[in-house]
Amino acid sequence: MVLLLLGLVISGTLYSLLSPAQAQEQQSDEQLVAEGRELFLVGCAFCHGQNGEGVVTEDGESQLGPPLVGVGAAAVDFQVGTGRMPLTQPGAQAQRKTPLYTEEETAALAAYVASLGPGPSIPDASDYSTEGMSDEEREAAIVRGGQIFLTNCTACHNFAGQGGAMPQGGYAPKIRGVEPHYVYEAMLTGPQNMPVFSNGNLNPEAKRDVIAYLESLDETPEYGGFGMGGLGPVSEGMFAWVLGIGSCVGAAIWIAAHTTRSKKDKVEA
Amino acid sequence: MSIDTGRFVRSNRTEAATAKKPSRVGGVAIWADERLGLGTAMKKNLRKVFPDHWSFMLGEIALWSFVVLLLTGIFLSLWFQPSMAEVTYEGSYDPLRGIQMSQAYASTLHISFEIRGGLLMRQMHHWSAMLFIAAMFVHLMRVFLTGAFRKPRELNWVIGGVLLLLGILEGFAGYSLPDDLLSGTGLRIADGIVKATPVLGSYMSFFMFGGEFPGEVIIPRLYIAHVLLIPGLILALITAHMLLLVYHKHTQWPGPGRTEKNVVGFPMLPVYMAKAGGFFFMVFGITALMGGLLAINPVWKYGPYDPSKVTAGSQPDWYMGIAEGLMRITPGWETHIFGTTWSWNVMIPAQILPMVLLMVVLSWPFIEQWVTGDKREHHLLQRPRNAPTRTAFLAAMITAYGLLWAAGGNDIIAVMFDLNLNYITYFMRVAIFVIPTIAFFVARKWCISLQRSDQE
Amino acid sequence: MNTNLPAERSREVEADPIANPGLPAHTWRPTDVDPHAERRAERQVALLFGLSAICTLGFLVSYFALSIGEGGDTFLNLGASTVALGLFMSGAFLFMGIGIIQWARKLMSDQEITEERHGAASPQEDRDATLEALSAGLEESGIGRRRLVRNSLLGAVALIALPPIVLLRDLGPLPGDALTRTIWTRGMRIARDVLGTPIRPSDMEIGDLINAEPEAIFEVDDNGEHVIEGAELQIAKSKSAVVVVRMEPDEIIPGPGRENWSVSGIVAYSKICTHVGCPISLYERTTHHLLCPCHQSTFDLADAGKVIFGPAARPLPQLPITVDDEGYLVARSDFTEPVGPSFWERDSE
Repeated sequence: MVLLLLGLVISGTLYSLLSPAQAQEQQSDEQLVAEGRELFLVGCAFCHGQNGEGVVTEDGESQLGPPLVGVGAAAVDFQVGTGRMPLTQPGAQAQRKTPLYTEEETAALAAYVASLGPGPSIPDASDYSTEGMSDEEREAAIVRGGQIFLTNCTACHNFAGQGGAMPQGGYAPKIRGVEPHYVYEAMLTGPQNMPVFSNGNLNPEAKRDVIAYLESLDETPEYGGFGMGGLGPVSEGMFAWVLGIGSCVGAAIWIAAHTTRSKKDKVEA
Repeated sequence: MSIDTGRFVRSNRTEAATAKKPSRVGGVAIWADERLGLGTAMKKNLRKVFPDHWSFMLGEIALWSFVVLLLTGIFLSLWFQPSMAEVTYEGSYDPLRGIQMSQAYASTLHISFEIRGGLLMRQMHHWSAMLFIAAMFVHLMRVFLTGAFRKPRELNWVIGGVLLLLGILEGFAGYSLPDDLLSGTGLRIADGIVKATPVLGSYMSFFMFGGEFPGEVIIPRLYIAHVLLIPGLILALITAHMLLLVYHKHTQWPGPGRTEKNVVGFPMLPVYMAKAGGFFFMVFGITALMGGLLAINPVWKYGPYDPSKVTAGSQPDWYMGIAEGLMRITPGWETHIFGTTWSWNVMIPAQILPMVLLMVVLSWPFIEQWVTGDKREHHLLQRPRNAPTRTAFLAAMITAYGLLWAAGGNDIIAVMFDLNLNYITYFMRVAIFVIPTIAFFVARKWCISLQRSDQE
Repeated sequence: MNTNLPAERSREVEADPIANPGLPAHTWRPTDVDPHAERRAERQVALLFGLSAICTLGFLVSYFALSIGEGGDTFLNLGASTVALGLFMSGAFLFMGIGIIQWARKLMSDQEITEERHGAASPQEDRDATLEALSAGLEESGIGRRRLVRNSLLGAVALIALPPIVLLRDLGPLPGDALTRTIWTRGMRIARDVLGTPIRPSDMEIGDLINAEPEAIFEVDDNGEHVIEGAELQIAKSKSAVVVVRMEPDEIIPGPGRENWSVSGIVAYSKICTHVGCPISLYERTTHHLLCPCHQSTFDLADAGKVIFGPAARPLPQLPITVDDEGYLVARSDFTEPVGPSFWERDSE
């Protein structure tokens, strides 16, 4: 096992060494990896193992932290950049919170984990940006993205991207207002229990279209008024009862209430 | 203009209506009477007495909501096209441009985005539908709690129960019409429920959908039920409901001067007419406020119906909540015998129990009469505490209803309160038996102790 | 104990020997006795009607002034036209209603009046006369005596109820075996939904989920027209949609006889829930659980689609798959059992 991991580490390092890159960049890359390794050993190794091989719990049933060999820089950037990692407590689903590491540190960690084995790299803004597209192209991208979104994403994340429940206390988080590159990384790497939408599954253009659609959702006005949380008929029912029936009954109480009385007697004309 | 109240008090007899020199209004009345002979009927009814209490106006919320539904519905019918023919969307909502969809869905988008006030009317229509059914429930609970359904009003109770059922069916037909993702999913579930019927299931499904689900006839068929058949029945039954109300005269709370032999309150003309008419305007205003500010059923976000798509948080409108809750908590029971499949997991929650519930509601006055042996007429209302068993039964029913409603939204609750979806369901499977039972005994005990404190 | 039953209770109340004291004396409102208060109330009501009129004007103005739809006017990122029309319409009606009710509460007589009540039944003499007429009519018709006439009429009436039922026969075709098959056939490629592109096993990584359809759904003829369209398309989609997932091959516990239904850890299952037919694709990558958003039935895709939670009773049907000559995923055959919700004549044994 250790041998295998060592082999993986070596091959990963070799891969990163052999990958075509400028000498200078290579230099700083190596530095970055070394920095990342330092950070990793302090902050991540307890659950993910000294070399990112993962740690199995004592009963051997489940994993304290999954192996990180081959998850790629994108996964680290997503998990650490959104504050999901490190976890505050093991077991529960990682939540988005204020990141613990700075951007530089995150980049270093990502570089280190990427060096463990080949995996998806951090996407570039050009992968998901709709800038430089003509209006028609952008519109077509939004239409296509909407269809892909409704087919692949709404089942868990709801039609308005508001999130939803998953089995055994899990949940699909709200994805509105999430930075495009995290959305892209989430599709690419399948964080936590989310299925992967690798580039062979949904090609980069399809991912870009989904992001374009999500952005268009933020841009389009709420034509019908306040959305009541975008949760569909449950919140609508609550509003019908509390606000609708509440104010109608309130009106009925007012209509039937007695008005103030005078102590004076009527003087007959 | 001021009204001389003294005159009204004195003129509280019918002779005053036939003044010697008729006013202009009186002139019209005489013209009409000479042709329609309404005088005899109006003699009593124009100044018919209605007791004044807020709880007597709950049914009115339902009535006025129905009027709002008719008005807004007529508006919508001017543009809505109940057709499942496929068209390519070329309207003004960009994110769906060029998508294939049914004409029903496209025309719903047209009403929402190209007809001024169309979205407002759509939302008002939907809100008032929710209010219509909710108000019927509240009204039913009031009548139940106060014993207003007792003889001679049992038939009016039955009519009310049927109206509630029709209202729910009408609502279901209505929200299925836009042919969006959510309404199509609702129809798909309805199809699944129909198919579970023993022996006839798949035949009923094929006859409903004109072949296999979803086919291309269900929306035109639901449309005619939604705009003609069911509203016609509702209108007829509301008329009967109101005629019986007038004939029986309204019940009243006991109090000084109020007996089983009289009815004390304000005359229909002018006070009650003003209050009821004013209430209509208020209900309309409240619905317009909700329709203008709160987005309901944003079909453009759901997209057109596609049998292979679904969204998290797929729920029906609230009044289907208990059926939905029952379906979610019933375990996966199915019997396979002699090459047939008996889907108890669908039949029990979606066919048998709703039917039993309806039967209990409709037959309650007769059951109660049979149990208590009370065959006299009652026009004075009971305070809920003075009928502890009945009140406790309603408390149990409301608790069960609330639990099932929550069970029907268990996924939303899980997300909102960070709970485990599966545990909510396990909890509900037990709670649905335990908590209403507790509610029954607590409510009963409470009523009895309230009675005791009354006697002291 | 029994005294708490409704009837017992009301009898008790009626036995109450305290006499009904009659209506309490009427007291006047300020508007009845104080001309100033009366005029103030009048002005208040008129003001409310005035406000209603202003709102109506506001409604008319905003109808013409505000544009709607995509690129229309907005207000706080809400559709301005809908909000303005709603608010003004609401104001117009609410102020009108409040005004009318205020008029009734403050200015119309609030002297309660009493009306006598009579039993619901008709007077005894009317009832007697009606019953007499009824029996006379029945007697003259002879329906009690002339059994032959009566029974033949009853038989004919029962029979005449049949045509309306028979007339409904053409509401739809008979099910036949339609529910037991889908458009999947041996060798049909699995295509990504929406995009319509076929899938190679190498396209998928461990943990990937693809929402897919049979390729026939996307097939176009020489003119670029879809071969399957309209209702036929919807029906095809409603039965043949699948989810394709890839997991570690050793995680799969194949069902009996399904050993060769997967391709290097890739399995395909029907997307249609076996409970009441919602499409399911809420997939958990690490547990291989698939959750239905409608009623939360949960299926284990690593274990032959077994139900592990919720109201569904049967496993999700699995689509047997393999790869074709060009290396794309294809179906080995149609589903081997009916997909979707149970129906009575379904042989589930």
